[in-house]
This record gives sequence, C-alpha cells and structure tokens, in this order.
Amino acid sequence: MPIISIRDLVVEYDGRRILDGLNLDIEHGETMVLLGGSGSGKSTLLRQILALEQPKSGSVSVKGIDITRCSKSELKRVRRSIGVAFQSAALFNSLSVEDNIALTLREHTKLAPSIIELMVWMKLAVVGLADFGKLQPQELSGGMKKRAAVARALALGPEILVLDEPSAGLDPIVAAELDELIVLLKEAFQMTVIVVTHELPSAFRIADRIAMLYKGRFSSVGTKDEIRASQNPRVRQFLDRIPGDMATPAVAAYFEKYLKTQEAYA
Amino acid sequence: MATVLENVGTKTIDHLDYVGSLNIQLWATLRAMRTALPFVGNRYRWQASVRQMLQIGVDALPMVSLMAICSGFILAMQGASELKRFGALHYVIELVAVGFTRELGPLLTAIAVSGRSGSSFAAEIGTMKVTEELDSLRVMALEPVEFVLAPKFLAALVSVPCLSVVSNFCGILAGGLFMFFSTRLEPLLYFRYVLESIQLRDVVMGLIKSVAFATIIAQVGCLEGFRVRGGPDSVGRSTTSGVVKSTFLVIVADAIFTAIFYFTVKP
Repeated sequence: MPIISIRDLVVEYDGRRILDGLNLDIEHGETMVLLGGSGSGKSTLLRQILALEQPKSGSVSVKGIDITRCSKSELKRVRRSIGVAFQSAALFNSLSVEDNIALTLREHTKLAPSIIELMVWMKLAVVGLADFGKLQPQELSGGMKKRAAVARALALGPEILVLDEPSAGLDPIVAAELDELIVLLKEAFQMTVIVVTHELPSAFRIADRIAMLYKGRFSSVGTKDEIRASQNPRVRQFLDRIPGDMATPAVAAYFEKYLKTQEAYA
Repeated sequence: MATVLENVGTKTIDHLDYVGSLNIQLWATLRAMRTALPFVGNRYRWQASVRQMLQIGVDALPMVSLMAICSGFILAMQGASELKRFGALHYVIELVAVGFTRELGPLLTAIAVSGRSGSSFAAEIGTMKVTEELDSLRVMALEPVEFVLAPKFLAALVSVPCLSVVSNFCGILAGGLFMFFSTRLEPLLYFRYVLESIQLRDVVMGLIKSVAFATIIAQVGCLEGFRVRGGPDSVGRSTTSGVVKSTFLVIVADAIFTAIFYFTVKP
C-alpha cells in the first residue's frame, strides 16, 4: 500500500481551479520530487498533503488515513509522523535554534530534559550545526537556516520528510551540499521524502521519481530517466528552458511602445 | 440603489463574520486555557504566560502610572475649577477617587495596553503567519490557539486588572498631591477621605471591566494577526486595525458596563 495516496484532488481559490483532479501514489521509502514552474500548483499540492487546506473534492490519504476527512486526533497522529521544512525555514524567531528543535520533543514526548538535550545535539550534528544550537535563527545564514529546519523536521524521527523548495535562494555550492544531506538522510533513516522544487539539478540528484506539474495537472510522472527521456512538450519545455509564448510578445510590445514614446519626445 | 444595498449587505456580512470569528476564537481559547495554567497545565506554556505577563504588565507600568498621574491631576484641576465656585472643593476627593476606581483607572489602562500589547499581538501573530511559523506549528501537531493565544490571553487577564489597580492608586495619589498643594490637606487625611468615598462595589466594578477589556484586547489583537493575508504590508494594516478595533470595542464595552451598573446597582 502506498504511504501517500492522492485521488481526484481538486483545489479551487475563489472559483479559480489550482489543482485539477490529481492522482498520485507515493511509495514507502521513495524520494518523490514535485517539479514544476511558478504557479503550477506544487506548493498548493504540498499544503494538501500536510492538511493545511481543505480541497474542493477528492482525497489525500497518508498511511491509510484520509486526512481531508479524518478527526482532529487522527490528523494529529498523522502529523507526528511527518517532518516538514518550509521554504522560509519557518524557525521560531523567539526561540534559540536548539529550542526550535526541542519543541516537538518537549510537547509530544515525556523524555527527561537531559535526553532531549542529547537528542537535539544529535539532530544538529546530523545536519552539521552541532556548534550553533545556542544561536538565534536570525543569526544564521540562509543555508544554515534550511539545515536547522531539516533538523527540526527530523526531531521526532518522522516516517515522511517533506521539504519545500530546499535549495531556493541558496548559492549552487550550499544547494548542492543540501542535496547531498537529503540523499544521506534518506539512506540513513529510510524515510519517504517529498521534495517540492523547481531546481532541475537538485531534482535529478535527489529524486527516485519525479512528478511534473503544469497548470494544476501532472504532465508526467516517472523515474528520473523516464522524465529525462520524455517527449511530453511541457516536460521538454521545462527541461530545455524554452521560454513560454505568453511573456515574449507582451515584453516586445511594451518596448516597442516605449521606443515610440522616446522617439516622439526626441 | 442596488449597489448601495449590495455594499450595505457586504459590510454587514463582514461585520457578522468578524464577530462570529471573535466568538469562535474566544471559545477555542477558553478550551485551551487549561494548558497555560500553572501546576495543571503545560510547564512551557505557563512559562510563556509569565513572559507575556512581564511584557504586558511590568513593562507597561511606567507608561500606565504616568498616564494615571497626569489624568489624576487633570481631573482634580478641572473639577476644582468648577467646584470651588460653590465652595465644594472637598468634593474633588470623591470625584477623583470614585472616578478612577470605577472608570478612569480601567479605561486608561485598557487604552495603554491596547496601544502597546494589542498591536504587538497582531504584529507578532501576523508575522508568524507570513513567515509560515503558524503552518509550522500545525504540521508539528501543535494548535496555534493553544500555543500562541492561550498564554497571551491568560497574561492579559492577570496583568490588565493589576495595572488597573496601579492606575487607580496613581490617579488618586495625583489627586492627593493636588489637594495638598492647593488646600494644604494632609496626605493621611486625604487618604482617609478617599477610603470613605470608595465602596467595595466600585473596586469590583472596575475589576470586572478590566477583565472584559483584557479579553477584548487579547482576542481582537490576536484575531487581527490570524486574519493576515499576503505579505508584510498586510501585517502593518492588521496591527493598525488591531489597535483601532480593540480601542473602539473597549469604549463600547465600557459604555455597556456602565449602563448596566447604573441601572441595576442601587446606590
């Protein structure tokens, strides 16, 4: 049975359809990358997988529980098995880095403070931040914040790790380091990993399978090699970085008008 | 005409939606309050409540005290300028004492706390929303109402009445200073007159109002934060809205309470 199963998922905002009848199964222990351009609906899909929003119709099942219709207590139980690192890291600025990581351990377990302290140190060591626990989040660099967010996501030993745009806004070296970290974590902890990204090098480094979103639908789902070899025009356009046909005429028209105005003034 | 009716309808629905959201949030907070209590609740939540009490209460002490002292002087001087024409200067003591315990102490405190803490609640929660911290709490199986709102609400319920008592004291003290400098009335005698003028029900009335004002400030400030949509500019708008709405509702609530006490409590 897949660990996450999405069936006929439809999401609308103010009558505007964002996700249009999506179907996807994510298996235990695989790394699924949700790939797509800006506005393709990948972050909306992620919010549905995390039950942060209600869909118009369809279902999202995590570990066999339909999280769009389950009770609050069931949802809490499901959420304890998911670790999430948001795009902005979303560390609590009022808490130190180690308190951020200790938060879920303090709230959801009855472990002694000394054990929690040790576990926090271990999680920080895993992401290479063992010496930075006492700092406040605002004292960390962008890459360190993302790694701290991953450490926090790992705190309860989740079965599913969800990463939203992990390499967005990072330089290529730090982004590559983060990709390696994700691969290592997956191998070490045997987790199911879901990564939302639009960065092609990251996607092809970490993915077992890739689901390519375009205008709220999957244009292609397959292994890395299948996606690379795909002749689907949307996939090819994305992989070969071909500009869309919407922006160019609009930009050209703007500059044409601008030049005419300048000529008129001259 | 249709557009006017449409606008009135939309605004009415918006206001009803706001009141409904406030009620739902209040009940959710009351259900979550147990976790913020000492001994029976969550240790970390109680610590958060104490931190909030320091911010709402202790940090506001100089401002509230100064506001009360100035208002005490103003009330005493304005009262005296009229009352001395009738040779009734001693009524200034009653005016200041009763005026502050029943009305000015709780109201001034609420306005100060609304400006300081109501706006801070809206800004803090709004920023948490924009930076995905609230979503982060939810996916960690933690309820934002329990984690963020309950400690603030408990802290406001404790701090605002305490500040009101301090405000009453400072206002009455200012009245005493005025009486000393204008009539050479001995401070001890002044305080004996004050104690004779105030009744227990005046103090209780003031404290009941304070609790209601604290509820309004905490709930409105936090609701404005939770309703933030979009980016940082919307945090700014919600902060302003939090102060304006909570101050307005505090004054409306004050009028309602005063009317209830006036018509139901026999002198």
